[in-house]
Amino acid sequence: MSAKKETFGKTVGIVVAVCLACSIVVSGAAVGLRTMQQTNAALDKKTNILTAAGLYEAGMTKAAIAEVYEQFVQERYVDLATGGYVEMEAGYDMYKAAKDPVLSSRVEGSNVGFTRRANVASVYVVKNDAGDVSRVVLPVHGSGLWDLMYGFLAVDADGNTIAELIYYQHKETPGLGGEIQNPAWQELWGGKKLFDGGDVAIQVKKQAGRDNPYAVDALSGATLTSNGVQNTLQYWAGENGFGPYLKQQSWRS
Amino acid sequence: MADTKEMKKALFGPILDSNPIALHVLGICSALAITTKLETALVMSLALTSVCAFSNLFISIIRNHIPSSVRIIIQMTIIASLVIVVDQVLKAYSYEISKQLSVFVGLIITNCIVMGRAEAYAMKSPPTMSFLDGIGNGLGYSFILIVIGTIKELFGFGTILGFEILPLVQNGGWYQGNGLLILPFSSFFLIGGMIWFIRTIRPEQVEAKD
Repeated sequence: MSAKKETFGKTVGIVVAVCLACSIVVSGAAVGLRTMQQTNAALDKKTNILTAAGLYEAGMTKAAIAEVYEQFVQERYVDLATGGYVEMEAGYDMYKAAKDPVLSSRVEGSNVGFTRRANVASVYVVKNDAGDVSRVVLPVHGSGLWDLMYGFLAVDADGNTIAELIYYQHKETPGLGGEIQNPAWQELWGGKKLFDGGDVAIQVKKQAGRDNPYAVDALSGATLTSNGVQNTLQYWAGENGFGPYLKQQSWRS
Repeated sequence: MADTKEMKKALFGPILDSNPIALHVLGICSALAITTKLETALVMSLALTSVCAFSNLFISIIRNHIPSSVRIIIQMTIIASLVIVVDQVLKAYSYEISKQLSVFVGLIITNCIVMGRAEAYAMKSPPTMSFLDGIGNGLGYSFILIVIGTIKELFGFGTILGFEILPLVQNGGWYQGNGLLILPFSSFFLIGGMIWFIRTIRPEQVEAKD
């Protein structure tokens, strides 16, 4: 270690040079790989939608996923206030729109965990081989214990029976709240009913019992996550969420 | 210039003789968390080996210019940049695995092995040797991870790399999966067992009694 190396000017010079070189490398990698990452993220989303639609089989190739998605799934846009379909530009993102005051409205009277939601939401209409609507896949999100949990709620064509509830992005504790992604728990949702006489009746509670059509067993050790799931469904199935859309059953027209 | 013998020692020594996990007991946290499946263990090994090798290389190249007052920060900057690059590459080329590894790729930055080798070896040694030392320590880490990943996946899930070896009871087979091995902390027992095994065949690693 020579004394010359320790001068102030040299230290600053080296630090700046190292930082510059590193930032060039990092930003180069980020920009160079961005398109591939976006393709992957889009594919991941399609995979989750297909899972919610009940069309995903383990080990499907990328091409197969894209093909099945093209064939059976159609993305539509719903005006949440009226429940009717509206046309939007391709690439519309309801989670981005929720941040724009013009395109979103304030969430009131709910502890779902976010303050604004987009006026227009995406829905994924799933058709069977005969061309009839078999399920509608609704994007839902709400706060869990640590952060917002994002998922897809698949509802049968009667607008009442739940087919799947698939969470794809969350930060819940692995092994406790993280069990919302456990296939055994996801299975409990199939066949449950959202509404009882027009009101949102679905509950996440202790000792719900398999036969109760309006309740699903809460996750043990994860009360706040379970409450979060409950609030999420309460909001999104309710009047301010997809309630009008599910009642009108716009997919029948 | 270092001779072949020395190179071999830098490359293969860390696998048994000076294993970063078993002897130095570094990098335990990631070894606990991502060894439930062999596939994630393999990808993590690859990521750590490349980060360790290249951070050693770059730090060694500029070692005579690094002012000692800020050397740790400069090492961190280089390591962090490499980790970000690895993370981006993983997201682009194997999205599924990068989702499973999630936070642990980012945490390579704080993995003691990388910092430890940079500070202890690369700051004093020429680039080629440092590069080999980085690969060697990565291999040592990988060795432990692969052994543990194999044991945990085989006896926990009855599979290896997703292929069924021992058919599980719930899939109609005869093997009852070991629930303990699916949990991250079971690696503590396995790493302990490996340290015991390595010290049995290499008795010189046993510390003297106080």
